[in-house]
Amino acid sequence: MNATMFSALAPILMLSLTAIVLMIQASIKRDQSVAWVITAIGFTLTLWGASYARDFTQPVTILLQVDHWSLFFTSLILLASLVILVLSRETFSPEGERKEEYYLLLVLSVLGAVVLIQSSHMVSLLLGMELMGVALYAMIAFPERGQLPLEGAIKYLVLSACASAMLLYGFALIYAATGELSFAGIGAKGAAAYAENPMLIMAGSAMVLAGIGFKLSVAPFHMWTPDVYQGAPTPVTGFLATVSKGAVFIALSRFYIDGALHQYSGLNTALVVLAVASMLVGNWLALRQENIKRLLAYSSIAHFGYLLVVLIALTHLDTGLISQSITFYLTAYILTTLAAFAVVSTVAGEDPAKQDIGAFEGLFWHRPLEASALTVAMLSLAGIPLTAGFMAKFFVITVGIQSGLWGLLAVLVVGSAVGIYYYLRVIFAMSKSTDGDGESANLLENILALALLVSILVLGSWPQPFIAYAGGL
Amino acid sequence: MVMINLIVILLAGGLLAILSERISDTMPRKVAMAVVLADLLYLLVCLSGMPEITQLQAPVANDPSTWLMHFKADWIPAFGISIELALDGISLLMVLLTLVLGAIAISASWTDIVVRKGFFEANLLWSLAGVLGVFMALDLMLFFLFWEVMLIPMYFMIAIWGHENRGYAAMKFFIFTQASGLLMLMSILALVAVNHSGTGVWTFSYFDLLNTEMAERTAHWIMLGFFIAFVVKLPGFPFHTWLPDAHTQAPTAGSVILAGILLKTGAYGLIRFAVPLFPEAALNFSYPAMLLGAAGVVYGAVLAFGQTDFKRLIAYSSVSHMGFVLLGIYAWNELALQGAVMQMVAHGFSTAALFMIAGSLQERLHTRDMREMSGLWQQMPRMGAVAMFFVVASLGLPGLGNFVAEFLVLLGLFQVNVWITVVAATGLITGAAYSLLLMQRSFQGEVNKKWAEYGLIDFGSREMLTMTVMIIALIVLGVYPQPVLDAAQPVLQSLLELTATPAVAAVELAQ
Repeated sequence: MNATMFSALAPILMLSLTAIVLMIQASIKRDQSVAWVITAIGFTLTLWGASYARDFTQPVTILLQVDHWSLFFTSLILLASLVILVLSRETFSPEGERKEEYYLLLVLSVLGAVVLIQSSHMVSLLLGMELMGVALYAMIAFPERGQLPLEGAIKYLVLSACASAMLLYGFALIYAATGELSFAGIGAKGAAAYAENPMLIMAGSAMVLAGIGFKLSVAPFHMWTPDVYQGAPTPVTGFLATVSKGAVFIALSRFYIDGALHQYSGLNTALVVLAVASMLVGNWLALRQENIKRLLAYSSIAHFGYLLVVLIALTHLDTGLISQSITFYLTAYILTTLAAFAVVSTVAGEDPAKQDIGAFEGLFWHRPLEASALTVAMLSLAGIPLTAGFMAKFFVITVGIQSGLWGLLAVLVVGSAVGIYYYLRVIFAMSKSTDGDGESANLLENILALALLVSILVLGSWPQPFIAYAGGL
Repeated sequence: MVMINLIVILLAGGLLAILSERISDTMPRKVAMAVVLADLLYLLVCLSGMPEITQLQAPVANDPSTWLMHFKADWIPAFGISIELALDGISLLMVLLTLVLGAIAISASWTDIVVRKGFFEANLLWSLAGVLGVFMALDLMLFFLFWEVMLIPMYFMIAIWGHENRGYAAMKFFIFTQASGLLMLMSILALVAVNHSGTGVWTFSYFDLLNTEMAERTAHWIMLGFFIAFVVKLPGFPFHTWLPDAHTQAPTAGSVILAGILLKTGAYGLIRFAVPLFPEAALNFSYPAMLLGAAGVVYGAVLAFGQTDFKRLIAYSSVSHMGFVLLGIYAWNELALQGAVMQMVAHGFSTAALFMIAGSLQERLHTRDMREMSGLWQQMPRMGAVAMFFVVASLGLPGLGNFVAEFLVLLGLFQVNVWITVVAATGLITGAAYSLLLMQRSFQGEVNKKWAEYGLIDFGSREMLTMTVMIIALIVLGVYPQPVLDAAQPVLQSLLELTATPAVAAVELAQ
């Protein structure tokens, strides 16, 4: 370790520092709003740290890879975490209850996500994933009064533990075959090891894929998703859907690209199966959902199905366009999903009855700003032009066509067509005429909704600067 | 820049309409009308500086400088996507039709819309802007964008201000058109990828893609994607099932725009993109396409005959009439194409008028069921007379625009395939049957007592003025169609030359 390495680690160091300060603060005076402010400052400093570290990109030990790509995603999930933080303020402020541990958990979970994004080694991948996951169990179960949060947390805990076990076993098998734990090492020695003992590599990487697939909730590892989405407090659901899944997908792409896993056709077939199943299952099951959080859960299953298409295309294309597409898609997805959860959180809060699509009726006329933001988010998820989601889908289809993945694209079209129905249902409900009250959100939440709405539209209608930026990462 | 301004005026006008609702309740419709008329006037003023349409030089299809107007600016250079708009005779006709029918639609919404008027007029103007974009965009990505985006305001118009079953109709409309749109997106991207692999350049420009070389099979599949997307919108049999629901449930102004303009985007797409981009593949496919067209003509007419809902009958008659357009396009000779273009214009007026009459009836009677109407002529003679005019126009009475159109299509089609012509010609007879049935059931016959006591109000001066505009338009089109034919002729000529490669000629000979 030398000094520049510490500079490269700035984001991780800042987050750790924030966690320590939070703990010290809790031992001096327990105060929720102070904890909130410390967390906000911590995230902002980390954002600064991420831009500072850009001048020091390098591999930091064998475990972490600090490069422009990972720093971009570090900044992105920090922005997302700031949004979640703003939303959490209302959710976790009942009178007379002490809730400041929540912020500590949030910081730790973000720390895990950053480690995950920068990981270039199986050990750091596991470390990041566990740090993020363990903090998330507690965050999901945080409102201790309800039954749904507990149910969600237990489901997530048990299945997550299984997934980690799978992941570890997979690592062991791959290590047995190649004698390597770093992604690059596996990429270098994998082919020779495969020729010698194909079963070990196949079984090992399949198990890793299953473990990661669980975290990404791609079908058929998606069973926990709707219950956890519904049970968790809305900001936590938003965190799970954006930060957690985004970080895991980055780790997966790194593992897949650096580990050169696309050279094994069996593994590619497995990915194809996962992608097709996710696109169909996600869109199909979303059709009959009444709770908007469950709907978004199934929608996210479908979206990771679309994203997998990009990884599958790795067999035919070089990594440039692939990583550009992943960058664009994840950015669009994270922005859009955040917008959706921000509106759900401000409008429906934690009341399950208010989270029904029917409860959104007339929102256009009572709360035009929130309704517009949710409409744009839904259109973006559906992939309608002028929204970020459309450009994201544009990338996926372009990549798919260039690699000749016609079957997958056909499924994508069918899935998207089905998807339009349930996204439109939400918009239709909002446009219904009802008489009702026009309570308004606080200023911060209004600014947030407006900012997300504008950024989705800008990314969709004038994507050139971002495409150029993403291409240079 | 003129073309950009045309679109921007409508978009800004929409915002203005929303804001103007704060001034007074009746303000939005006046603002909307003023905006559309200003747009129309602006276009006419800009055109007046150009050579007479009758002396248009034939634009070379793949050379934008020979077109009436051309505009190009970078948008997403990373993929060669640009903001490219151009105008030739056919697009000009369609743009004029859009603006005139837009004004008529606003007139139709004058008293029809009672809630959230500002937002309604805004949606109307925005969908007009989208349609203008579709008719002028010549970058395929931009075209796709307008194609999809014009549907969102239309969706809102059906979903918010529609009739009793609006939710279902709006959803069906959106899913049909979006799903087919996705198919078109795939085709566009595939075409661009093929071009990219051949030339190494990313471009979405129509002019660059016109001469893309590709294998026959590839061309066939890509062409099919375009074909389905356009035929769903047209709508052609068997992709028409969204149309009766959407047209019936939409508010009157929505139906006018749907039937008068939106359907024409499908036909326009076929003429502009589906055939010229893949001349061989498209013309090899002409036989099945013509069969679909003939099936649509007959099937639409038979179903129209069985309807009891006034608007639904007109909706099915649209399926029948648009079948002629499909036939005309895939016959792909000058006469038939002229007929198709003529039909697009004439059908736009006649159907818009019929939907307005349906809307007025619903406003007065609160029903569209023809079994409950009878002898309405007695109480509303002016409306009856106007309805009579448009009914006979729609059944193809010589001397009116629709006759010229259908006659030209049949004439051109006869040179290509006699038997399909015979089948399609029966559409004229069945057309007479259902049109006269519509007239008989609603306006003639015994006076229904229920309405006698009701005190029905006849057409007022605003409605008569609107109707007169359309009546004059149809008579002019029927008696002196030359200006329209002249505007379209050079464009069609150049398209025909473009596709007249030896292989295509061989196909035509074989038939």
